[in-house]
Amino acid sequence: MNARVIFRLFLQSARLAGKRAVLTIAAIAWGTVAIVLLLAFGEGLRLQLDKNRRSMGENIAVIWPGETTKPWKGIPPGRSIRVTADDVPYIAERMPELSAVIGEVTSWRTNLTYGKKTVNGRVIGTNVVYGEVRKHYPKEGGRFLVPTDETERRRVVFLGDELAADVFGKEDPVGKTLLVNNNAFTVVGVMQKKIQMGMYGGPDAGHAVIPITTFKALFGRDRLNVFVIQVAKPEEMPAALKHLGEVLGPKLGFDPTDERVFGTWDTVKSSKTMGNMLIGIQIFLGIIGALTLLIGGVGVANIMYAVVKERTREIGVKMALGARASWISGPFVLEGLVYTLVGGMAGLALSILIVTALGFVPTAGNKALEFMGKPTLSLPIGIATAGILGAVGLLAGYFPARRAAAIDPATTLRYE
Amino acid sequence: MASLISAAAPPGTIIEMTGIRKVYDTGKVKVEALKGIDLSVSRGEFVAVVGPSGSGKSTLMNLLGCLDTPTEGVYRIGGETVAGLTRDRLADVRNRRVGFVFQAFNLLPQISAFENVEMPLVFGGVPVKRRRERAAEVLERVGLGDRMDHKPTELSGGQMQRVAIARALAMDPDIVLADEPTGNLDTTSGSDIMGIFLDLAAQGRTLVVITHDLALARRAGRIVEIRDGKIVRDVPAAEAA
Ligand SMILES: Nc1ncnc2c1ncn2[C@@H]1O[C@H](COP(=O)(O)OP(=O)(O)O)[C@@H](O)[C@H]1O
Ligand SMILES: [Mg+2]
Repeated sequence: MNARVIFRLFLQSARLAGKRAVLTIAAIAWGTVAIVLLLAFGEGLRLQLDKNRRSMGENIAVIWPGETTKPWKGIPPGRSIRVTADDVPYIAERMPELSAVIGEVTSWRTNLTYGKKTVNGRVIGTNVVYGEVRKHYPKEGGRFLVPTDETERRRVVFLGDELAADVFGKEDPVGKTLLVNNNAFTVVGVMQKKIQMGMYGGPDAGHAVIPITTFKALFGRDRLNVFVIQVAKPEEMPAALKHLGEVLGPKLGFDPTDERVFGTWDTVKSSKTMGNMLIGIQIFLGIIGALTLLIGGVGVANIMYAVVKERTREIGVKMALGARASWISGPFVLEGLVYTLVGGMAGLALSILIVTALGFVPTAGNKALEFMGKPTLSLPIGIATAGILGAVGLLAGYFPARRAAAIDPATTLRYE
Repeated sequence: MASLISAAAPPGTIIEMTGIRKVYDTGKVKVEALKGIDLSVSRGEFVAVVGPSGSGKSTLMNLLGCLDTPTEGVYRIGGETVAGLTRDRLADVRNRRVGFVFQAFNLLPQISAFENVEMPLVFGGVPVKRRRERAAEVLERVGLGDRMDHKPTELSGGQMQRVAIARALAMDPDIVLADEPTGNLDTTSGSDIMGIFLDLAAQGRTLVVITHDLALARRAGRIVEIRDGKIVRDVPAAEAA
């Protein structure tokens, strides 16, 4: 009975609201657009950064051999640790929990010549799994290094896309001969373009990759500048890093508990930090959006305050006729909710339209836009927006409704 | 809803006021509008309340109609003690037991005469069908059967006051309270309205009517005169000079 009376009274009063209702609904719609777009922008940023971050490789740790900081079996600290190409299979054998181990040897300024053009580039000698782990995916028509390249020490090279463009210009490098310090290599593939956030040594797009065995034959060294381990799940990384010390310590002659022998970049840990930062950004954007919406809500409340004031006498009459306080306040609460929800729906529809339209705007070529990604809608955004809308609507109706219910009929109906 | 359907109620006292005081506290000054009122009204009585402006008549009516609560004293309506009732219970008492007619009509301007009359029936939880019948019935009774769908703005003052009377009668209340119901009307409409009140009284309706109109007051059964917050005279109308 209560609900029916309130709804009936609401219908009677709402049909008068007209122009004011439209304005209020527009304010709410605008607030909704603001909050949804901000959140969608944040979500797009999150997804893109996540993709950018993962483009270097997932669940990996990059490890630089350094010097011991603890004495070991009579040898004082400060001894430089050598890790070589042979240690890679050694680690792989003893640490089955790793999904991959790769070693890298680097030749920094190497002459790369094609025809008359010579470029100074970075050449990495590494294992075949590098392609998967470090996401060096070949463009169509090419390939990454294969196991026989490594076992047979083939003179094959895989090029980063920017380096390839540098050396070969518009020509397709695949199958062509590239001189690496005057040694003829066959280009087998060019890396697909990727947006890379984390890097060590330099961007992947700017280096050339050859088999580690070939590297040793050519440059006469296989002491690793750096090596990379990969685990299947992010949470396995701390245990794996600890285990690594235990495996390599006795072999290379350092205290397995000497954590500073290696410089370690645990990308799992740093991605967690970044994830938190992005959540922070999302919350910040959400708060800005919520405030915008709140302003819309204050607008609704204001208009309804005006309505309450205008209808004071009417409310007094209704009370004299036996309306309970909740029947007076109920329609106002309902009105606030309805305005907010209708405005919210309109805003949501408009936001979806805008986000969809933005999806068609080309970003290729614009580095900043590529890096930021595109506004993206998600279920949590919908839920958050709906929640905030609901709260704003309730509050917008509640305060004016409370004032309406507090009206004193005797004073209101006094006739002088 | 039994009271709505039963036309004749058992005889007895409907209103019983003892030692009623009402003080308005406006912050700076306290105005003692009623200074100890003892009043009882029996079922079927037609009481005219007279007195100069500012004497406390409207205050008395607000208390009688449970629109306001006394500062002091005991008030019983239909045997129910009003003091200590919650706001919602007071609303129910107004809805079931009291019908108001105001000098300024106080109709809701945006809805039709019919919907205005329906309003107390909605609050009373009367089912739709019964509600429509009842609203039509009381509007017929005040002679507005053909104006039910008009908005108040499309009606004359006299017609508006008739809608207000129909509204006051809708819930078949124990008592109808009218505060200078003809005060805003020209003489002809005023006597029309007076006629309706006299009819209602003749049908046994309990009425308390505040009026300046001595002609109407003299036709009531009883005249209560208020001066300066006190009852100075309470006599059968026939005895009033
Ligand atoms: N809400 C109020 N606040 C303060 N004073 C009031 C209020 N209502 C009435 N009064 C005062 O109480 C006295 C009685 O007023 P009222 O009952 O309206 O008299 P009447 O209806 O006989 O003209 C007057 O002095 C009036 O100013
Ligand atoms: Mg008065």
